[in-house]
Amino acid sequence: MSTAHVLLGLLAGGRLHGYELKRSHDQRLPLAKPVAFGQVYATLGRLQRDGLVTTAGQDQEGGPERTSFAITEAGRTRLDEWLAAVEPPAPHVTSTLFAKVAVAVLVDGAERARDYLVAQRAAHMARLRELTAVKTDPASTLGDVVAADFAILHLDADLRWVTNTLERVADLHREVHP
Amino acid sequence: MTILRARGVVKSYGPTPALRGVTIDVAEGEILAVTGPSGCGKSTLLHCLAGILRPDAGEVTYGEHRLDTWPERMRARLRRTEFGVLFQFGQLVAELTAAENVALPLLLAGTGRREARTAAVAWLDRLGVAELADTRPGEMSGGQQQRCAVARALVTEPRVLFADEPTGALDSRTSEQLLGELTRVVRRQRTTVVLVTHDVQVAAYADREVALRDGEVDPTGLGLTAITGKHTR
Repeated sequence: MSTAHVLLGLLAGGRLHGYELKRSHDQRLPLAKPVAFGQVYATLGRLQRDGLVTTAGQDQEGGPERTSFAITEAGRTRLDEWLAAVEPPAPHVTSTLFAKVAVAVLVDGAERARDYLVAQRAAHMARLRELTAVKTDPASTLGDVVAADFAILHLDADLRWVTNTLERVADLHREVHP
Repeated sequence: MTILRARGVVKSYGPTPALRGVTIDVAEGEILAVTGPSGCGKSTLLHCLAGILRPDAGEVTYGEHRLDTWPERMRARLRRTEFGVLFQFGQLVAELTAAENVALPLLLAGTGRREARTAAVAWLDRLGVAELADTRPGEMSGGQQQRCAVARALVTEPRVLFADEPTGALDSRTSEQLLGELTRVVRRQRTTVVLVTHDVQVAAYADREVALRDGEVDPTGLGLTAITGKHTR
């Protein structure tokens, strides 16, 4: 996920200052890692340098002066290109899960990898239950449900990989340590 | 409080062992997922807990009652009055309307026809399919049929619902809607549920998971052959 593109998307709805962008980002992507203020301002700086956003006045509602930002025409074009582009459906071979299993087998053997996978599976299942509860909660908005679904389906994919890898970990160990 | 208990339950089909000494407790009001790969014995366990099958050895206790020693006549009565059963598909009687299907368990239990029909329609309404009351299963979608099956399983307000892959024949959106509604209803009624599934997304609707592997409870909760050192490519 590109923070720059997400910020452009948030600005497409109207001008916002840095704090509003952060709040809007965290609200619109409730299960993503919250974006840090520093990252928002650094990203805005780069977007401004590239002509994709521009400053759009200052306001001072009883607090410190804040600069608002607006998306430019070039920014809108860039956003549309990103929205239209299909992401390469590449397997996430560099994910932390995979890296840990590979390293565990390499340095400590199959048992270590198995222990890790058993623990990871339990953590994934617990999270899956929490997300499923979000989906079934009558108080959840459709946005919450869609966000929960996104996470659930990815966790499901991870869980299938964990299951398959558990069945292969002994073979993997033999391959690494012939 | 434990409502259902299996102690060292053993069951074989001819020479093939399905359960090799399963011990589990089901707490009143909980939704328990029994998971594991195909052939691990999870459906057999459900059948033993529901008193449909009699174990070859071990004990199955419901409240204070030893189901494994009860004659079929008494177990059948228990299934009609205290238990609800939900399978993957093929449960509705094709010749009957939705309301008649749902009313069936009440009629078998001796409820009057009019009262049974009223309760059946109320349950169809609770599952969002009241408008199908006079429709026959052949004219319904898979999801609608399964909602009727849920209504029929719950119409007697059973204390325990046994569900064996209840969404196995449904697409994922329909499955999600059905599970959402089913879990909302059973949590409101405080119905205990034993839910058999191989799907982690379905198991995530439960409060707790017991995994089976080769007819035994898997202590790691994985239900996998890997733990025994068997592995496949």
